[in-house]
Amino acid sequence: MAELLSSDPQHTAGLVSGGFSEAAFEAFLSQRAALLGRQEPAWLQAMRREAWQAFLEMDFPSRQDEEWQRTDIRLLRLERFGFPQPPPSGSQTPPALLAAGVALAGSCVHLNGWPLRWHLEPQWQRQGVLFGPLDQLLLEHEATLRPWFYSRALQARADKFAALHAAGWSAGTVLYVPPGVVVDQPLHTLSALGGGTDLGHQLVVLGEGARATLLAETAATAGDANAPGLHSGAVELLVGPRATLRYVNLQDWGRGVWHFAHHKALVEREGRLQWTIGALGGRLAKVNQHVALVGEGAEAEVNGVMFTEGRQQLAYHTLQHHEKPRCKSDLLYKGALQDRSRLVWRGMIHVDPGAVKTHAYQRNDNLMLSQTARVDSIPGLEILADDVVCTHGATTGNVDESLIFYACSRGLTRREAVRMIVSGFFQQVFDRIPIESVREALGQAIGRRVREYT
Amino acid sequence: MSDTLKIINLHVAVDDKPILRGVDLTIRRGEVHALMGPNGSGKSTLGFAIMGHPGYRVTEGRVELNGQDLLAMEPHERARAGLFMAFQRPVAIPGVKLADFLRHAASNIRRPDRKEGEELIPMREFRKELYAKMDQLRMDRDFARRYVNDGFSGGEMKRAEILQMAILRPKFAILDETDSGLDVDAVRLASQSIAEIGGAEMGILIITHHDKLLEHNQPHYTHVMLGGRIVETAGPGMARSGPELAAELHRHGYDRIRAAYPEAAADEQAMQRASGRAEAAAV
Ligand SMILES: Nc1ncnc2c1ncn2[C@@H]1O[C@H](COP(=O)(O)OP(=O)(O)OP(=O)(O)O)[C@@H](O)[C@H]1O
Ligand SMILES: [Mg+2]
Repeated sequence: MAELLSSDPQHTAGLVSGGFSEAAFEAFLSQRAALLGRQEPAWLQAMRREAWQAFLEMDFPSRQDEEWQRTDIRLLRLERFGFPQPPPSGSQTPPALLAAGVALAGSCVHLNGWPLRWHLEPQWQRQGVLFGPLDQLLLEHEATLRPWFYSRALQARADKFAALHAAGWSAGTVLYVPPGVVVDQPLHTLSALGGGTDLGHQLVVLGEGARATLLAETAATAGDANAPGLHSGAVELLVGPRATLRYVNLQDWGRGVWHFAHHKALVEREGRLQWTIGALGGRLAKVNQHVALVGEGAEAEVNGVMFTEGRQQLAYHTLQHHEKPRCKSDLLYKGALQDRSRLVWRGMIHVDPGAVKTHAYQRNDNLMLSQTARVDSIPGLEILADDVVCTHGATTGNVDESLIFYACSRGLTRREAVRMIVSGFFQQVFDRIPIESVREALGQAIGRRVREYT
Repeated sequence: MSDTLKIINLHVAVDDKPILRGVDLTIRRGEVHALMGPNGSGKSTLGFAIMGHPGYRVTEGRVELNGQDLLAMEPHERARAGLFMAFQRPVAIPGVKLADFLRHAASNIRRPDRKEGEELIPMREFRKELYAKMDQLRMDRDFARRYVNDGFSGGEMKRAEILQMAILRPKFAILDETDSGLDVDAVRLASQSIAEIGGAEMGILIITHHDKLLEHNQPHYTHVMLGGRIVETAGPGMARSGPELAAELHRHGYDRIRAAYPEAAADEQAMQRASGRAEAAAV
């Protein structure tokens, strides 16, 4: 590994790797064997090759496709990107926002789609917790991890980007917590991109009664805030019976990054998931966030904090899927839009036949900070069971001038007043986030972004 | 020289509708002025215009603080120069805790050249001060953690306005119907607190329809507004004292005033027709 990391920086931009051609794919596979010191197992290679075929066969998503109607990827030139390339040696990663002042059980850092460093406190190693780069740990702990990896959560053929991910995924983070183990300090993973491609995959498995908190964040490396980049990612969260997972995903890619991802969680009987998404970065994002409550009495709380500016286009499609009786899901997404940015939230609650005594809530509020921004907020319900309580709602509004004046009359500048009103707008969702470093990081990131409101 | 707030021939329009038609008023630090007048006569408009609300356009006249042109200043600069207005209808700011809001406000007003992002008054120091003032006003300390005016009752909002004034210690305060919505005990308490905070320290303009707030704040001057103008003033060296005129208006209403100032009464009617039309158009 050390060898690869010290490779020639001239070849590391990721832009010059010949796109996603057959030859590039074969080169990628043999490079992996070198990186890992052995061949990936046959089942994994077969999986990659099958997904690669799917990628070649599948059409580029079209605007006729309902799913892609509001996501404009006409300017994406996939051939300008290629499989992840090792970063130049001595590369710096940006500071981790979510980990500031937090005592961590473990951490894992990736750069340009390659694992750089990771550690897990010995105390947790002794209890059988696994944490680190997925590709490496999947080989070392095949018997433990294989049953979960790409098992029920994700489909390689969901779309062309999902297929690309399944074929070429590399690095990414895995967290496995054995049944009954309670990891009482958060784990942290950072993926930084300075241009090029990241095909990171996250796999989180909590055994029965286990507990853990994983803070995941993405960022641009210093000086590369606008470098063109591609991230096609996947997240699978498998929350066992009576297990509790807190998962935070702060997306703060650079402004040149095309961000595609499928995130899916399965929550088993009486399991609990608290999932917070911060959507701040990227040039364009198309993310599917899917929570499936697959065991009786499972619960999920989903929080979304979105802020767009410039010409960013972020689309988050959420699905709360109630498969079993007596489950509860509660989703709150809040967004603020500045400049000419565009935000799409499309939410669905789906209640299967027989999923009686479901409680499902879904709400999206948006605040317009400019007249030229555009938001589409589309809630939806599909309820096929009786005896359920489901509510949904969506609001969109401007910053109220009378509030600004009130604050200014108390000595706040207009900008300070707007910042305060915007942070107040997000407070309702911050109130649901129990981790202070997460509230702080999101609050500060948003505060920095708010400019003059006219 | 004592601080002086001077309003000279002030004309103010909302949209294109003239509201104030030449208001003259001078308030010195240490003085209490009462401003009375029928609904819609322009009292709140005067407050908003002095404070710099962008919806209230000054078409003529001047407002000066110690000779400094207030009209050239942004609202936050006016506040930092020592101006305060307690709103007739305070607005709620959801998600912003009253304590945080006031800590920002106080930090700015005590250090008028403070730039955004610069240090605030230390949290512990400020909280101590805030709690002391809340105790004085017999406000539950829980309000510090509640969101600004969000879900406050009418009276609670008015108390919170007085609390803000007590913390910000302005040179000049406009209290726009701070007594309305308060229960009998609360009015007495508010009245006392205003006197305590104010004393010789502030110049106060009390806009009111009642005389309770004036109990502990005997007005040196009482002004009557009608049709966007101050038509009558009572005070030292004049036919009647401030409290006498306030008491008369409170007891007998504005019939005498309308009869004595027919031109202003005609303007009042015109204003009412104009807002009636605007309302009809809005329906
Ligand atoms: N923002 C506004 N938009 C439209 N008309 C306004 C606005 N503010 C004031 N006006 C009009 O200006 C006139 C004076 O209103 P103002 O609120 O100053 O009266 P006031 O003397 O404070 O009355 P009150 O005793 O009822 O509080 C009224 O006719 C009112 O309708
Ligand atoms: Mg009024």
